[in-house]
Amino acid sequence: MPQDSDRTLPNRVPTNGQLLSMFERMLTIRRFEERLGEDFHAGKLPGGVHLYIGQEAVAVGVCAHLDDRDRITSTHRGHGHFIAKGGDPKPMVAEIYGKRDGICGGMGGSMHVADVSKGILGANGIVAGGIPIAAGAALAAQLDGNGRVVVCFFGDGAANEGVLMESMNIAALWQLPLIFVCEHNGFSEFSPSDTVTAGEIRERARPFGMPAELVDGNDLVAVWRAADTAVDRARTGQGPSFIEAATYRIRGHLEAEAHFLSRSYRSEEEVERWRRNDPIDRLSGHLLSSEICSEAEISAIEAKIGEAVEEAAAFAEASDLPDADRAPALMFAGGPAEAA
Amino acid sequence: MARKRLIQAINDALHEEMARDPKVILFGEDVEISMFGDTAGLHERFGPDRVRNTPISEASLTGMAVGAATSGYRVVLHMMFANFIYTGFDAIANQMAKLRLMTGGQIELPITIVAGYGGGRSTAAQHSDTPYPLLMNLGGLNVAVPATPRDAKGLMKTAIRGRDPTVFLEAGGRGGESGEVPDEEYLTPFGEAAVGREGTDVTIVAIGSMVRPAMRAAKQLDGQGISAEVLDCRTLVPLDEDGILRSVAKTGRLVVVDEARDRCSAASHIAAVVAERGFASLAAPIRRLTVPDTAMPYAPAAEKHLLPNPEKIVVAVSALMAGSAN
Repeated sequence: MPQDSDRTLPNRVPTNGQLLSMFERMLTIRRFEERLGEDFHAGKLPGGVHLYIGQEAVAVGVCAHLDDRDRITSTHRGHGHFIAKGGDPKPMVAEIYGKRDGICGGMGGSMHVADVSKGILGANGIVAGGIPIAAGAALAAQLDGNGRVVVCFFGDGAANEGVLMESMNIAALWQLPLIFVCEHNGFSEFSPSDTVTAGEIRERARPFGMPAELVDGNDLVAVWRAADTAVDRARTGQGPSFIEAATYRIRGHLEAEAHFLSRSYRSEEEVERWRRNDPIDRLSGHLLSSEICSEAEISAIEAKIGEAVEEAAAFAEASDLPDADRAPALMFAGGPAEAA
Repeated sequence: MARKRLIQAINDALHEEMARDPKVILFGEDVEISMFGDTAGLHERFGPDRVRNTPISEASLTGMAVGAATSGYRVVLHMMFANFIYTGFDAIANQMAKLRLMTGGQIELPITIVAGYGGGRSTAAQHSDTPYPLLMNLGGLNVAVPATPRDAKGLMKTAIRGRDPTVFLEAGGRGGESGEVPDEEYLTPFGEAAVGREGTDVTIVAIGSMVRPAMRAAKQLDGQGISAEVLDCRTLVPLDEDGILRSVAKTGRLVVVDEARDRCSAASHIAAVVAERGFASLAAPIRRLTVPDTAMPYAPAAEKHLLPNPEKIVVAVSALMAGSAN
């Protein structure tokens, strides 16, 4: 991939400890989302869910380079980004249950999970909606001048929204500390990418002078390394980068789709092919074959996550509903402005 | 006191607020050269970090305002003509107006969107638009529509210091109206209509650029023995419902003058509020003077024909008085 040769870029690989911790994070996302899928089909969730299953390496490999001061914007498929960035899955699940103890008090739901204290500016129901918000947060980070960076996650569908072009132009023009992460998961909702997208998405960044890289989005280490370089650039004032992560959406656009679609938009063989390329299986295979951890350790991680999932679901079920009349008071922070 | 044009008063407010709080930043298309004059001198005084020209990219700019506001900045986004709000409407409607609710109150969005609105200057259909009814309906935005230089300055300062997004619409054609502006520091509160003129026979509620024709009409009506009270809304969100109802309780009659298109206009909302909450006070039907449901034409005669003016207001009020006297 073309990168400016005059820049000193890191060429690091994750440590074994980092790999193990990222594995746990990816598995956490997977197991929580599997549970949410089950809960949806069991009729326990008031709204729909868009699951991230199969894409976990992207969120985790990128967010591993971020801390709470850094900010991300996400998509309608946002649970993975939320957990990867350090969001607590327990109030996230309660949010998706529409409960008072939800991270947004039950006011946002699955498509709007956010924890600003963790730098998670929110999932978003508008395709590409998070991109300019991230650019604005990156402008703020640049003005603060303290090395904070911002990552916007979006899909190949969002790449066809004009606001991406506008935001790339501004980010490059102002050299904002912003990393564009396009998760090319194969579909714009129900339309296969090649039926709606011309050319290569990462190529759209290059005319702005932005380094752009294609990575195997199901290879955690590849994502981690690309993000390492891009985050380093942003932190050191070298401007924005673009990462296109090739991955695949194993589940549907949303869990309810089988109930209303009259036909399938992809073949079972295709899905199966990608299941065999599962990012978590690939990573666990690597962890075991490189003797970074044992089967027993992986089972222990599984058990721990299983308990956390049960605990979160119980917490969400037990939580009260929000006050029915809470919404109006949340529209404004406070009538008139503060006194001088 | 000093006599200033509306646009100069806004410029003063921006200078004062940027000097007061280093977290206030301002960006937009051509804000450095300042087409209207409201942002003049800011770039030179506060530098390119805090005041900068942007590309013509409204869809991104409105979203960027949200992003910067969630990160501790007070953002003034200048959108030039109000119809460019439509170009950047996604982030206004889908993010700015809703994000606080969606996050369960985790964030505050101190954003002031500034734009010039309205007809009367042959800027043709697109650049003459009056978008506040649409903005009022979003629910999560304050909407300020100053009529006088004094209020323009005070409302701008209130907007910038606020904790929520405000769309600040300037009826700033040719610099806007002139008027007295106090020398000392002051803030104009949101949600308090100003009494432009006291009266006892009829309440004329006017919005933004319609305040001046309403005042002129009131003067003419006075000559006919009709005492008209003129209320200037100043902000449409929040709306001073109580102030309007108090006035109508005194006069028994209401005429609302609004430059927006008739259907779902601000006048329609005000009329509905009074019909619901003040019906018992009414001695005559409520009358709305608005622009017909049409785009604004270019030719001055055709444009003038559509806009409310003092003569139309006088005719409407006189008819109302005659009708209710029966």
